[in-house]
This record gives sequence, structure tokens and C-alpha cells, in this order.
Amino acid sequence: MLESLSNSLQKALGKLRSKGKLSEDDVAQAMREVRLALLAADVNVKVVKDFVDKVRVRAVGQEVQRSLTPGQQVVKVVYEELTELMGGQQARVRMAAVPPTVIMLVGLQGAGKTTAAAKLALSFRSHEHRPLLVAADVYRPAAIDQLQVLGRQIDVPVFTLGTTVDAVQIVESARQEAIRQGTDVMIVDTAGRLHVDTELMDELARIQQAVPADEILLVVDAMTGQDAVNVAEAFHKKLSLTGVVLTKLDGDARGGAALTVRAATGCPIKYVGLGEKIEPLEVFHPDRLASRILGMGDVLSLIERAQQTLDLEKAQVMEGRLRKAEFSLDDFREQLLQVRKLGPLDQIIKMLPGMNKLKGLDNLQMDDSKLQRIDAIISSMTRQERGDPGLMNASRRRRVALGSGVTVRDVNQVLNQFEQARQMMKQFSGAGKRMGKRAALQSLKSIPGFPNPEELMASKENSLLSTSGDAGLPRHHHKKKRH
Amino acid sequence: MGIFDKFKRGLEKSRNAVFGKLSGLFQDRKLDDSVFAEMEEILIAADVGVDTALWLVERVRQAARREKLTDTARLSILLQAAMEEALSGVDSQMRMSASGPTLYLFVGVNGVGKTTTIGKLARRYQQQGTQVILAAADTFRAAATEQLVIWGERAGCTVVRQGPGADPAAVVYDAIVAAKSRLADVILCDTAGRLHNKANLMAELAKIQKVVARELPGAPHEVLLVLDGTTGQNALNQTQAFQEVVSVSGIVVTKLDGTAKGGVILPIVREYGIPVKWVGLGEGIEDLEPFDSAAFSAAVCQP
Ligand SMILES: Nc1nc2c(ncn2[C@@H]2O[C@H](COP(=O)(O)OP(=O)(O)OP(=O)(O)O)[C@@H](O)[C@H]2O)c(=O)[nH]1
Ligand SMILES: [Mg+2]
Repeated sequence: MLESLSNSLQKALGKLRSKGKLSEDDVAQAMREVRLALLAADVNVKVVKDFVDKVRVRAVGQEVQRSLTPGQQVVKVVYEELTELMGGQQARVRMAAVPPTVIMLVGLQGAGKTTAAAKLALSFRSHEHRPLLVAADVYRPAAIDQLQVLGRQIDVPVFTLGTTVDAVQIVESARQEAIRQGTDVMIVDTAGRLHVDTELMDELARIQQAVPADEILLVVDAMTGQDAVNVAEAFHKKLSLTGVVLTKLDGDARGGAALTVRAATGCPIKYVGLGEKIEPLEVFHPDRLASRILGMGDVLSLIERAQQTLDLEKAQVMEGRLRKAEFSLDDFREQLLQVRKLGPLDQIIKMLPGMNKLKGLDNLQMDDSKLQRIDAIISSMTRQERGDPGLMNASRRRRVALGSGVTVRDVNQVLNQFEQARQMMKQFSGAGKRMGKRAALQSLKSIPGFPNPEELMASKENSLLSTSGDAGLPRHHHKKKRH
Repeated sequence: MGIFDKFKRGLEKSRNAVFGKLSGLFQDRKLDDSVFAEMEEILIAADVGVDTALWLVERVRQAARREKLTDTARLSILLQAAMEEALSGVDSQMRMSASGPTLYLFVGVNGVGKTTTIGKLARRYQQQGTQVILAAADTFRAAATEQLVIWGERAGCTVVRQGPGADPAAVVYDAIVAAKSRLADVILCDTAGRLHNKANLMAELAKIQKVVARELPGAPHEVLLVLDGTTGQNALNQTQAFQEVVSVSGIVVTKLDGTAKGGVILPIVREYGIPVKWVGLGEGIEDLEPFDSAAFSAAVCQP
């Protein structure tokens, strides 16, 4: 099995020891791992080379920020560059000045064009357009039936002339029909074809010549390997693509092909497909795909936030005290407060992969108030008690409970949690001087009731399953023509 | 035209696109590290993956050292040998039932070419005089049954079907009953494409397999995982996941008529030891060939 990219990166970057500025050597070492990581994600070899060169130049000589290790600093640069490379242009669909707008979906066999066509039609319909699906795949057995079934499901008309008519003629007639019906968007589902099949590639060019499309979207399977570069280049050369749809992202592919296609064509990725069910296509989020290609989920931003808000110096002091067995309830409270600075728990948890869909987030709200209670309990203790919890006999516990308005059981619980935290900190005290990824995660774990972040990261659910419904379509652009 | 030639012709484009670069590499050059670095890159660009690319290059490097080579003249032969070694143990024979119908189950992610492969294989068997029945157990995808029915017509065999949304295991059950009563020889079961990380859909496959095993002892005689030759390293995840659920016994790699190299075969066979049985070399009914590791390695390495 492939080693997770984030693991290998963390490992390589953990090795970096430079202080102040990133040296050439540091970066070179990290870049080797980055290269491997991107290759494992199926980014094309040549694209990887260019990318790594670019990042190397940017990274060398950078100040290492106080809150980051040099390794983390490199990851940050890599991540930012990757996001930048895939982002840029807005994913708006270009609408024709005079309707109907023509959108043509093209791509290899099995990429997911038909499903994407139906999803796109649904997106348009939900934005009050009147789409027409056009069945121009006259080759694959039952391809037209498939589009018709989907059309019925989402209540969008499907134009077909069967399989015996030339695809060019089908699209021409469809345009007449669209005008007649007052349809404002025409979505053409073409047959899958190999980019080296000259005859079929010519067919696409002929369609484009007869009925110029406003958008020509290349549909790419997220699982595509190195060959994506040849495919993208060939389609782009023949048709001048305007955008890309990345499908099957609900699988576990890293989706490096997206980067390849973006680099090869310069076209923006406009939509992503996240399932077989016909739902509106999702808008593309470059940052999410960047962390996915790097194998990091949204954990990256969580860690970043932890590193920004957690005070490294305090953490170090705490660790020193722990070594000398001085870790007190004051330190415990300080630790909790630090973690709380990350933000409301329900927000933090949403940044973890797969958690955005989880029910019962309200329970976490409760945990927030639990933190306040812990604070109250510890505040009700004397300085000596806080320094030496061993002093807390039954009568002292009763007093504290009374003083902070809780039960003795609550006090016991806090003392137990403190003991657990101390044990845990002991185990991790060898981990390093800085508040690294582990320590940050560890701090999260020590919050009472907080789910184990490592388990969450291991969760198969994927972080791209956002709930955003807006598919980047222009709203009410062309109002309904008829009536 | 022998199998080798057809295979080689099918792979023509792959050879030209990337492996073709190998011949440039093999042309009369001094043998130094840069040659091996290039070889590694070409292999990675063919979806061989970093680990297996490194492994292959290392094998070639060792052999070159043993033979005290100083130029690249014999490098193609060494690489070919290394590939054959990586693919060794691959047996493209299909297991047959000793008595009663033989059943093959086709599985894979969406759009890889399961239905098309079944059509091609049905035709092949029918032409050999083997009577085939197709089971349309993809009851999920729109018009999947219609698609298989068309292939059934082309191949000249019966298709057992139910309506959309029917229980796929029930369709397979029907097909077994039909095969027994008509004394058919081979049942080819189409299944819905499913992403390997969807637990519920994978469980459905396991259920189909269970029904098959109960109704037809010794079956499924082969569970064939269909992989799209264009797929990159995710093919390894697919193999692992399907392997865990339905113990895959063989692999079909499709779409090798494009510029995709199907290089991912190498790490899969090397790491999982699952044989590649067939390769798809086009959309036509005849475009299916048995996999031959020697021919594959030769087609890839020899100019
Ligand atoms: N060029 C080429 N295309 C192929 C090959 N095998 C299948 N295809 C094409 O790939 C597309 C998908 O094939 P299907 O057989 O429908 O794939 P499937 O796995 O059954 O798909 P689902 O049932 O939707 O999951 C079709 O357009 C086929 O014609 C091949 O070897 N070469
Ligand atoms: Mg199918």
C-alpha cells in the first residue's frame, strides 16, 4: 500500500533542523519527499518537476515563522503554491449573449460524462434555467437510454435522434429544437473517445464548427494516472477547452490528475462530481484538493490554527515543569485555555475530515461549558492545592465543590482528568521542544469529551464532501423565454 | 497475425507515447547514473509507481554490473527480464468448473469497462462453441441492463435480467437456475460499478458472492477485477479493497489502445500476486486478448 503522503512529508520535514532561515539543503531534502508524494498522487512527472523547482526557489531563504518548524514551513509553502496553481479564475459558466448557451462535455470512455451532464442540467434547473440534454453518443450501446432515464429522473427533456444519425447533425437539430422550445441551456453529452482516435476527435471538431459551444468541458476521472497530460493536451489542442470537470472524487483517489490537467491546459477546474446520485455538481475548492493531493485533509488548517494560537513558549515552560514533575493544576488549566483559544469546539471539529456531516455537534457545545466548569473548579482551589493536588482530601474536595457550585463528583472528575493529562504529557514529553503536529493533536485530545483526532483523520469519510449547494452558476441570467 | 503481434499493435500507442522514450534511452549511450535516472522517470510516467520503478531500475543496475556493461546496448533486454520477473507467476488460464456451469463474476469501479469486457468474452466463448449466459446484475445504473442486452445480441447469447432496482443477487440466482436448466457452460455476471471505499456497496458484492457459492458449489470460478488502464496509483487501492471483500482471482486491464501504459499492472502483480488474465485493446467485440507477460514486456521494451 502506498504510504500516506502526509506521513512521508511529516517524516521528511521533521528532519529539518535549520534555524532562522530555510537553507538550500533543508529544502532540497524536503523537496525529494514532496516529489515522491506528488508522484504517488498521480501528478504527472513533468508537472511535478516544474512544480518542485518553483517551490524550491520560493522556499529557500524564507524566514521560518516563530510558530512553525522549518518542516511545517515548507509544507505551508507547498500547500499554498498548490492551491494557487489550481485556483485563480472563477468557476463561472460562460453564458451566451443570445441563448441557447451551448455546453459540450468531452472526454475519455468511462470518465463520467453522462452522469456529469445530468448533474449539470440539474444545477441549471435549480437556478431557474431551462436546460435541454442532448444525446450525441451514438456509439456506446444504450448510452442514449442512460441519458433518457436520467433526464426523466430529474425532469429535464432529452433530445435524441437515435444512433443512426451523425452526431454533428444531432447537435445541429438539437439547437433548432432548443430555440423552438425556448430552452436557454443546451448540454451536449458526447461519446467517450480516445484522444488518439483521429476520426472521433475530428467529429468533435466538426460539432464545434457547426454549433460553436460556449463552454467545452473536459470530464476527467479523478483516478486518472500519468496519461492525463496526453489526454488533456490532445483535447485542448483540438477543441480549445474552457474548463474541466473532475469526477469520482467521492472515491479515495488523491486526484493529482487535476493538477496535471490544470498545468497542461491552463483551464480552470469548474466542477467536481462526488457520487452516482444525480445531485447538482459541486463547485471546485482548490485548497481542499491541495490538501487532498498532499494527503492531509483539512487537518492541515487545523494544525495551522493550533500553531498560530498555541503559545510555544508557554508549552515549553510547561514541558520543562513536567520533566521536573512540577506539572500542576495551574498548568493543566493553562493548557486547556490554550486549546480553547483555537475557537469554539464545534468549529474546530468541522475542520476535521469527515466530521462536517456528523450529527450531535450540540454535545460539543456542552463540552465547551464543561471547560468553563473546570476553570471554575480549579479557581476555587488554593494556590497550594493547585500546586500539589495530592493535598485534595475529602473535605477539601467538598469545599471546592461548594465554592464552584458543582458536585464532589465533578471535582473528582477534574482531578482524574488532570492525572490522565499528566500521564499523557509525560509520554509525549520526549517528542520535541516545539509544539509540533503531535503535541497540537495531543492537546486536542486532552480536552474532556473531545474525539480522538487521529481516529478522525483515519476516518474513511472524505473531506471534500462539503454541503455547499451553489454550483457556481449565474443566477437568473436569462430568464425563461416562454410564457 | 500471432498474439504477440496483435498485442504489440494494440500497445503501439503506448509504446510511442512513453515507453517509446525507452528506445531513445537504449540507443548507444554510455552507461552512467543519468541513464538509470531517466529510466526511472520513464517508468514512473508509465504509471509503474515509484516503488516498482525503483525496484526495476535496481534489478537492471545489478544485472548491468554483473555483466560489466559500459554502454546501453543490452539495457532493453535487461529491463525486459526485470519486468518479466515482476510479472512472473502470471497465469492467464481461466478456471473452469469440473461439472455443471462455470461462473465468472466481474467487479470494478465505475466506467472501467466491465460490461464491454463481458460482451467481448461472451463472443469469444460462443465462437469456441461454449454456451454462455449473461447475468445483468447491474440493476443500479441507468440503462445498464439495456447495454448488456445489446452485447448479448452481438455475441449471440441469452441475457438474464430483472427490472431496474432489483436485487442483484436475485438476478444472479436466476441466471444460475437458467444455466442449469439449459445446460449452459459459462455464466458471466455483470455488476454495477462501485467505488471501493463505499462499504455498503462492497457488502452487496460480498452478498452476491455468497449466493453464488451457495447455489453453485465451487463458484465463482473466477472473480475478475476490471481495471481501467488509464488509472494511476489508485488502481492499487482498488485491488486491495476488492481483494478484501471478494477475493479477486484475476485482473482485466482495459483501454490499452490509448496512450495509457497500463504500467500499474507491474506493481499490482508484484505486490498482490494476482494474475492479469485479459487486456482490452479497443471498443470492438474482438478487442480482447489474453494477457501474456512475456509479450507485454517485450512489446514494451523492444524497439
Ligand atoms: N478504447 C477502449 N474503450 C473501452 C475499452 N473497454 C471499454 N471501453 C469503453 O469504456 C466505456 C465504459 O465501458 P463499460 O463497459 O460501460 O464500463 P462498465 O465498467 O461496465 O461501466 P459501469 O457499469 O457504468 O460501471 C465505454 O464507452 C466502452 O466502450 C477498451 O479496451 N478500449
Ligand atoms: Mg457496466
